[in-house]
Amino acid sequence: MATSQVYLEQLRRSFAIAKKDIRVYYSKGPVVISGILFPASLFLAFCMGRHMSMSFLIPGLLAITLLFTATAVSPVVAPWETMMRTLERLVSCPVVVSTIIFGDMLASSIFGVAISIVPILVGLVAGVNMLHPFILALGIILSASCFSSLGLIFSSPPTSMPATIQMLSSIVKFSLVFISGIFIPLDELPAWGKGIASISPLTYFTDLARYCVQGNSQYPVFIDLVVILAFTVLFLVVAIKLHERNLPKRF
Amino acid sequence: MNESLAVEVANLTKYYGELLAVDHITFSVREGEIFGLLGPNGAGKTTTVRILAGVIKADGGSAHIMRHPARSLQAKQMTGVVPELTNAYPDLSARNNLMFMTELYGISASRGKKRADQLLKELDLYERKDQLVRTFSRGMKQRLILCMALVNDPQVLFLDEPTSGLDVRSTRLIRDMLREFNKNGRTVFLTTHDMEEANQLCDRVAIMNHGKIAVIDTPMKLRSAVSGLHSVEVSFDKHIGTEALSGLAGVNAVRKEGDRLRLYASEPSVVVASVVDYARSTGLRIIALNILTPSLEEAFVELTEKGEIHGN
Repeated sequence: MATSQVYLEQLRRSFAIAKKDIRVYYSKGPVVISGILFPASLFLAFCMGRHMSMSFLIPGLLAITLLFTATAVSPVVAPWETMMRTLERLVSCPVVVSTIIFGDMLASSIFGVAISIVPILVGLVAGVNMLHPFILALGIILSASCFSSLGLIFSSPPTSMPATIQMLSSIVKFSLVFISGIFIPLDELPAWGKGIASISPLTYFTDLARYCVQGNSQYPVFIDLVVILAFTVLFLVVAIKLHERNLPKRF
Repeated sequence: MNESLAVEVANLTKYYGELLAVDHITFSVREGEIFGLLGPNGAGKTTTVRILAGVIKADGGSAHIMRHPARSLQAKQMTGVVPELTNAYPDLSARNNLMFMTELYGISASRGKKRADQLLKELDLYERKDQLVRTFSRGMKQRLILCMALVNDPQVLFLDEPTSGLDVRSTRLIRDMLREFNKNGRTVFLTTHDMEEANQLCDRVAIMNHGKIAVIDTPMKLRSAVSGLHSVEVSFDKHIGTEALSGLAGVNAVRKEGDRLRLYASEPSVVVASVVDYARSTGLRIIALNILTPSLEEAFVELTEKGEIHGN
């Protein structure tokens, strides 16, 4: 079989894995509800009583929602499937590790993109204008892939205990929320704060979302998109390498 | 590389930390053969199957399936695997589990659906095809796993303890299915604790212990090859103590088994003559007299306990 055909076949199998993930993990009522309620509660807890405009709040809510939904399940799929012994079944099939990881990433991204529609609708109902809807859509899709890939890095330690991985991923996710200009605009941060913010992929999506809603941003839109894309590739490659290295230790 | 070999293993080695789980084993399985790997817990059977199924990587040696390296996509495309523990997705229906497998093997949706339904019917699961696997009994789950392993019509089927702990009906269905699969010239490689299963199904068996292959042969030859385990079973019309027969010519040991006495011997024909002479001289009537070859279980215990390790 030609190399291009092999890649195409593996891509098809990634779609099959994504479809399985959506059926098994993402189409559950509690997952969907917590995907919406958890980021909304967190956001409200920090914003209640503070006088901020809806056009400032909605991009932040959108960013938190996308981060938490795209990383809600992806970190626990591998430990869960190790525990259920379904991963052994997957690995004995004619698929490579990158096919499995890409499939998991696809499912998680689709879930993130789907749930991100909720804060956008909330914004529209509240009278917020979407100034650049296509750029926002592109940013959401890219960032969902980026955060999903980040979630897959969390899932790489060869454990069969999903709770261990959830704890690890929660620490990183909460840290990202506080350093990415969601609650305090980037231009109000001190230089060291801006420095820390620049290493977070969430910063660039938040900045992009503000541009699409408020019309102004800290970085040029092109830079936001390129950096998010670069983080996506980096996270995905790292996730694949880590899983390739750790997968045999799971059995 | 031999054209007629389905599985070729040379000097295969696997460590788990300091533990040598598979110790430089070498063997081959011909196409169309049912090959059994027997051994006590911790012998290295599951590790061997996992290496052959491409799940884990060996630390040394080589393993080829149908002339392809065991971990290659080509080898995996030609194999089916029934792992030791059930591993269908509990939150998917039986049919969706099977359809997922067809997609992973690159089988078209229409062909996959046909194949899935055919297998579900053959293994008596068709009526439950749309129910979630979490509602299935252990036997039903194991039959579904076998369907999943057969969905790609594999050349080689690996099974790790396929009928362990199952009800009689599921065990019989699975064994019948394996015989049917083998009739079409396909290869079956199974590990089992069940000596009777190996005896009934396997053309050849390998006995594994401490990561090494102790012996490989046909079940019949293995049973006959264990010296000192041949026996003569006799019952008389009156009760006789074991000590009365222990002095007979050719008898190595005597054991009481219910109303029968079992006389262990290197040459059973000598013992038969001695027993007949003894009965005549004491006026006893022989109710039953049988020459028994050792069971595979006895051969297994003898070989693993003695530690007769010689690679094959």
